[in-house]
Amino acid sequence: MATLQIREALRRAMVEEMRRDDRIFLMGEEVGHYNGAYKVSQGMLEEFGEQRVIDTPISENGFAGLGVGAAMVGLRPIIEFMTWNFSLVAYDQVINSAAKIYQMSGGQYSAPMVFRGPNGTAENLAAQHSTSVDSLYAHFPGLKVVTYCDAADAYGLLKAALRDDGPVCFLESELTYGMKGEVPDEEHIIPLGQAKVRRAGRDLSLITWGKQVFTCEAAAKQLEADGIDVEVVDLRSLRPLDHQTLFASVAKTRRAVVVHEGHLFAGVGAEIVARLQEALFDVLEAPVLRVTSRDVPQPYASNLEKLVNPDAARVVEAVRKSLGR
Amino acid sequence: MDAATQRGPAQAEAQASPHSAVHTQGGLLPLPTQSSLPAITRDELLGLYRQMALIRRVEELAAKAYTQRKILGFCHLYIGQESVAVGAAVATKGDYWMAAYREHGHAMAKGTSARAVMAELYGRRDGASRGLGGSMHIFDREHDFLGGYGIVGAHVPLAAGVAFAAKYRGEGRVALCYFGDGAAHQGAFFEALCLAQLYKLPAVFICENNFYAMGTPLHRQSALADMSLRADGIGMQRDAFEGFDVELVRERVARAADYARAGNGPVMLEIVTYRHRGHSMSDPAKYRPAGELEQYKEESDPLKITLRRLTEDFGVTEAELEALQAGVEAECEDAVAFAEASPIPDPADLYRYTYAPQQTTMGVGEAAPTFTIPALRAQKEG
Repeated sequence: MATLQIREALRRAMVEEMRRDDRIFLMGEEVGHYNGAYKVSQGMLEEFGEQRVIDTPISENGFAGLGVGAAMVGLRPIIEFMTWNFSLVAYDQVINSAAKIYQMSGGQYSAPMVFRGPNGTAENLAAQHSTSVDSLYAHFPGLKVVTYCDAADAYGLLKAALRDDGPVCFLESELTYGMKGEVPDEEHIIPLGQAKVRRAGRDLSLITWGKQVFTCEAAAKQLEADGIDVEVVDLRSLRPLDHQTLFASVAKTRRAVVVHEGHLFAGVGAEIVARLQEALFDVLEAPVLRVTSRDVPQPYASNLEKLVNPDAARVVEAVRKSLGR
Repeated sequence: MDAATQRGPAQAEAQASPHSAVHTQGGLLPLPTQSSLPAITRDELLGLYRQMALIRRVEELAAKAYTQRKILGFCHLYIGQESVAVGAAVATKGDYWMAAYREHGHAMAKGTSARAVMAELYGRRDGASRGLGGSMHIFDREHDFLGGYGIVGAHVPLAAGVAFAAKYRGEGRVALCYFGDGAAHQGAFFEALCLAQLYKLPAVFICENNFYAMGTPLHRQSALADMSLRADGIGMQRDAFEGFDVELVRERVARAADYARAGNGPVMLEIVTYRHRGHSMSDPAKYRPAGELEQYKEESDPLKITLRRLTEDFGVTEAELEALQAGVEAECEDAVAFAEASPIPDPADLYRYTYAPQQTTMGVGEAAPTFTIPALRAQKEG
């Protein structure tokens, strides 16, 4: 076992796959000579050269689309968005080109590629740099949407995303790039669409993903002191969604709270709540609740920002409300 | 009428020269003054004429089927512009092509059969895109026709990506991208050209300027009349010319393709053309000035121009032309019959083309199947 920062785990996944498969190239702003805005791609230019680690102008619409075209004829691009906030100027390319090309060409062309970069809130980055794009991409058939919480999952899931034969949106986090975790020395690949039960419990299921896994784990610890035993399920992949693990957990605990960073209105949580009540209405003991970012653009001031983001206290409160104690 | 709308056949001679002036700023190599193509022969020109006639007839029959509600949705016809795609195809048969939504003609010029196009318009299983794409999304992998796209200008970056892949693998192939004057205002178009020039990609960007972005004439959508001037701000080589004469298109596109293929970087072309029909089947095109359409049909119809050349300069006879037209008619009738007889898509296939089936192995320790960069491949093999 090696202890790696998450950025190192992500880099290891890319480097291993690029050594293995020369159809893969990395393209984005500052990925090469600057060694990555968040140093995820540090040293990659040196190893792979300018042919495969390609700096771009600030031109997301252009280079995201360029990636789709290259993927259609057999390459496997990694398109790095400096943050997913900037992907919104390339939204058309991800949705109308990458996600739809396989269907609208009658199966003749596909876009095997990974769009990746940090997503969601960091700290004090204000309205335009704090967006969680989960629901924006999970909405569209044709895309896969994947995220992780720790270094081992970051490595194993990115490996799988790089081998996937269609477009994958891979959501990272600025705040956790430096977080360390153990990653197995041997190669490992985590198939997309497999949720992970991070903590087993019997009283309620916390359904979450990304760095909110840690919020949920902190809440679980607090609740444990009061004899409340919650399960924490990390979905890891929003599309495809691991219904089996999700339903098995909630069928067991009969209660659920969904915790995510995206806004409440039409967020991914709404979809999960809908699916839970459709499948498990008769076993649910209480309405499924949601703890999400509040429905305001992210404010800059720290005190206001803290009010917006989900935190352990709000999760504890929701769990208690569901349990009635 | 101002200058923008007055550009037309009468101005052809006057405008050809400034547009064709070689742009050498920024250290760009000039475009070749002659293409690598041999002089056109009687048979070749006859073949190009037949291809244009076939496209026109397919479009006419598509219009008829549309009014019968056999073809649905949006349907944008290429009538009047046939010389552009047909002329461009001569030097680029083995290259990659990408077009917008007025692409039935491009697909056919690239090699897609009239049958496959018509069946796609009918939404049938034997259509080029299996009935999933329709008029705006004709794809034909066998002929490297990478589609018709419906978001104006958004496919231009994709074409840059195809050119990127061609260069990455050292294929010696070029990506041709067609779009209209309307697309030359989109951010995606500018971004794609900037990237293509920065990376010196083997691409030819072809703006088919037909003077109307849907119902908005050129002078109300652009302060520039010549769309190829966009390339100047990007440092890209460019050319502009009238595209009604298929022989001229053949030669000038070949020069651009030769240039890009040789590794000199991309080229932007503005090819002036004119559509005889409305923007789509639902557009009666009442926004055109009186007499404009009639003038273009009279003086700038690609079929008439080439027909005159064939009869006057190559001695093609009436009998030959009749036989040719009969052949076109038969091919089109066959295409319609084929489309009518083709089954509708199987509802069981509804979800089949949402996600590509996984073929790449997830096996630990396994090597990837291919090496695509020639230098790396050589290293690996040798």
